[in-house]
Amino acid sequence: MAIEPKKHEMPSQEPQVRAHNFNEVALGYTQEIALAEAQRCLNCKNRPCVQGCPVNIAIPDFIAKMKTGDFEGAYQVISQSSALPAVCGRVCPQESQCESKCTLGIKFEPVGIGRLERFVADWHNAHATEAPVKPASNGHKVAIVGAGPSGLTCAGDLARKGYQVSIFEALHTAGGVLVYGIPEFRLPKAIVAKEVEGLKALGVDVETNVVIGKTLTIDELFEDGYEAVFVGSGAGLPNFMNIPGEAYKGVYSANEFLTRSNLMKAYKDDPVTPIMKGGKVAVVGGGNVAMDAARTALRLGAEHVYIVYRRSMEELPARKEEVEHAIEEGIDFHLLQNPVEVLGYNNPDDPRDPKNGFVTGLKCIKMELGEPDAKGRRRPVPIPGSEFVLDVDTVVIAIGTSPNPLIKSTTKGLEVNAHGGIIVNESGLTSREGVYAGGDAVTGAATVISAMGAGKLAAKGIDEYLMHK
Amino acid sequence: MYQIVRKKELNPTVTQMEILAPMVAKKAKPGQFIILRVNEEGERIPLTVAGTNPEEGTVKIIFQIVGSTTALLNAKKEGESIQDFVGPLGVATHTEGIKKVCIVGGGVGCAIAMPVAQEFHRLGAEVTSIIGFRSKDLLILEDEFRACSDKLVVMTDDGSYARHGNVTVPLKEMLEAGEKFDMVITIGPLIMMKFVTLAAKPFGVPVTVSMNPIMIDGTGMCGGCRLTLIQDGKRVTKFACVDGPDFNGYEVDFDEAMSRGRMYFGFERHAYEETCNLLKGGN
Repeated sequence: MAIEPKKHEMPSQEPQVRAHNFNEVALGYTQEIALAEAQRCLNCKNRPCVQGCPVNIAIPDFIAKMKTGDFEGAYQVISQSSALPAVCGRVCPQESQCESKCTLGIKFEPVGIGRLERFVADWHNAHATEAPVKPASNGHKVAIVGAGPSGLTCAGDLARKGYQVSIFEALHTAGGVLVYGIPEFRLPKAIVAKEVEGLKALGVDVETNVVIGKTLTIDELFEDGYEAVFVGSGAGLPNFMNIPGEAYKGVYSANEFLTRSNLMKAYKDDPVTPIMKGGKVAVVGGGNVAMDAARTALRLGAEHVYIVYRRSMEELPARKEEVEHAIEEGIDFHLLQNPVEVLGYNNPDDPRDPKNGFVTGLKCIKMELGEPDAKGRRRPVPIPGSEFVLDVDTVVIAIGTSPNPLIKSTTKGLEVNAHGGIIVNESGLTSREGVYAGGDAVTGAATVISAMGAGKLAAKGIDEYLMHK
Repeated sequence: MYQIVRKKELNPTVTQMEILAPMVAKKAKPGQFIILRVNEEGERIPLTVAGTNPEEGTVKIIFQIVGSTTALLNAKKEGESIQDFVGPLGVATHTEGIKKVCIVGGGVGCAIAMPVAQEFHRLGAEVTSIIGFRSKDLLILEDEFRACSDKLVVMTDDGSYARHGNVTVPLKEMLEAGEKFDMVITIGPLIMMKFVTLAAKPFGVPVTVSMNPIMIDGTGMCGGCRLTLIQDGKRVTKFACVDGPDFNGYEVDFDEAMSRGRMYFGFERHAYEETCNLLKGGN
């Protein structure tokens, strides 16, 4: 049988339709398409895709189960390695991980591994009836700081080994960036809730409204009988550009803009938490978070949404698929441009003018790519005299975050690097005995799957540490 | 869920509640705040801790009914519970080395100023308190302040009780008379804190202000609570939730903070009216 050269298209909402709703963009494979796509896997001997996966899912094995129609079996293969299959199938950058290594990809398009993973996870969530079996306790207590991707993964792996795991979450809902950052149209919150429920069924205890470093310290966790702690406290304070006008009303960090819309549900009609809707919006930055913010602004009713990015399309760090989706939906990419000032309204005659202090525009300068820097990336250089003004009412700044300072400032002996990231060794161990860390708290802003990989690594490290203690 | 153990009306627009939250009660220090949600789907709002009872496990909050969320909170009865209550957040008020302090509170800000005054009193500092209200019927916590202050001055804007005028008047008089405070700590409306800072400036006395910007997560994630300090002529962005809420009054850009505080004014007005109608309908 000849191999289909291209991976099967993912059925999606039409761009013109989805640009005005918060429902999921990609609709997922049907069983028929999933079976056809599974047939494309060569089940090759080298299995390079497994090495491309940060959590080393046995990809050819789960696809082999799919080929026989054993979707639950396929799910069981994935869940041995991944605590959050339905999440990863949606938000992993597979094109630069597993799929980039696929043998089929040498001649044709690689197998749509991510799309298959998503199908299997959704099939399980829709059909599985048996509750997961709670493993026998090994009597050891581990505390996890933060219920984001790294913490949930670490918790899942340890719970399966029989550890008594408690997750402490600062916000009122578990999920971390999966609930406050990634929008509903890319990752429905019901899916995150379901994955968290799955962990609870394994015996994981999730305590919301506890800020480690404030409500309890890491030292107190040890006093309370926890034998090891994993810190997955995530991204911290948003970075701003330090240009004039960033305090005008209508300037948001991407974290704030997305938190208002996602966690606080400001996207709904008649929300309790406000957000600026409509008008013209400029999103500064070129990462996945910038794409999420731009597409959220559009769905909130913006007339026009710009992405302002200082390099060219080639250097844009966001996933290709997200960029394509954004372009299809009508996001206007202003490349090789950089903001120099946020402009605002000030009526000198009437200090009570209600328009005072609101954004009226974003002054940008055009850039060109200069000499490559040490990393080989061509540095953007401003073109003198090329300033111009984008007429906007809202500016969302999506240029990254710095690790959260709360834990570091309240934990003696915890070493951090110059950027504030917690320093860990190859097994996720920090400078404090029994304290492990991973995810954005270590690396600064990165991907969900790399955080999950770090959570997995730390779970292994913690297990080895406690078994030999 | 967090139970409302006691509820008391301090004046027609200000309510005091004691909430069962043992972990917070054990840790909270004067100057720190909590974030709460009244119900599922509710808004997160920050409120400064007005006192704690670690033995009982309760945290005291005092709030003015100014918007939708505070109206919903006020509709809750003793014995009922609220959805979320997290803290303590922010940095506690610095007390080290301060032997003589002047606490200047305005309106519901006095609720936050009170535990600070009590803490200095407990530490043996000489405490002068100046508390101001719009009128007599809005007066709160006079007895509590009297109990922890070596000297207390009460002011009303309309002269309906005690001394007529605003809080800067007695502060200036004291400074002019040669009072040497190690620190003036002011808590209240932004405009009041701005003028207290200006009044103190000619005398070179340090001023600490307690900022209360719009906040969401309160843990240093969203950046909504940012404000600008002017340090050595440079504008520096700070975050009230992790760097504050206390700041050096001379460095704060009050006008910017006031403008940012009004960002959702229209939305909030509308939400408040909707909630009031809803609550009226329920009765």
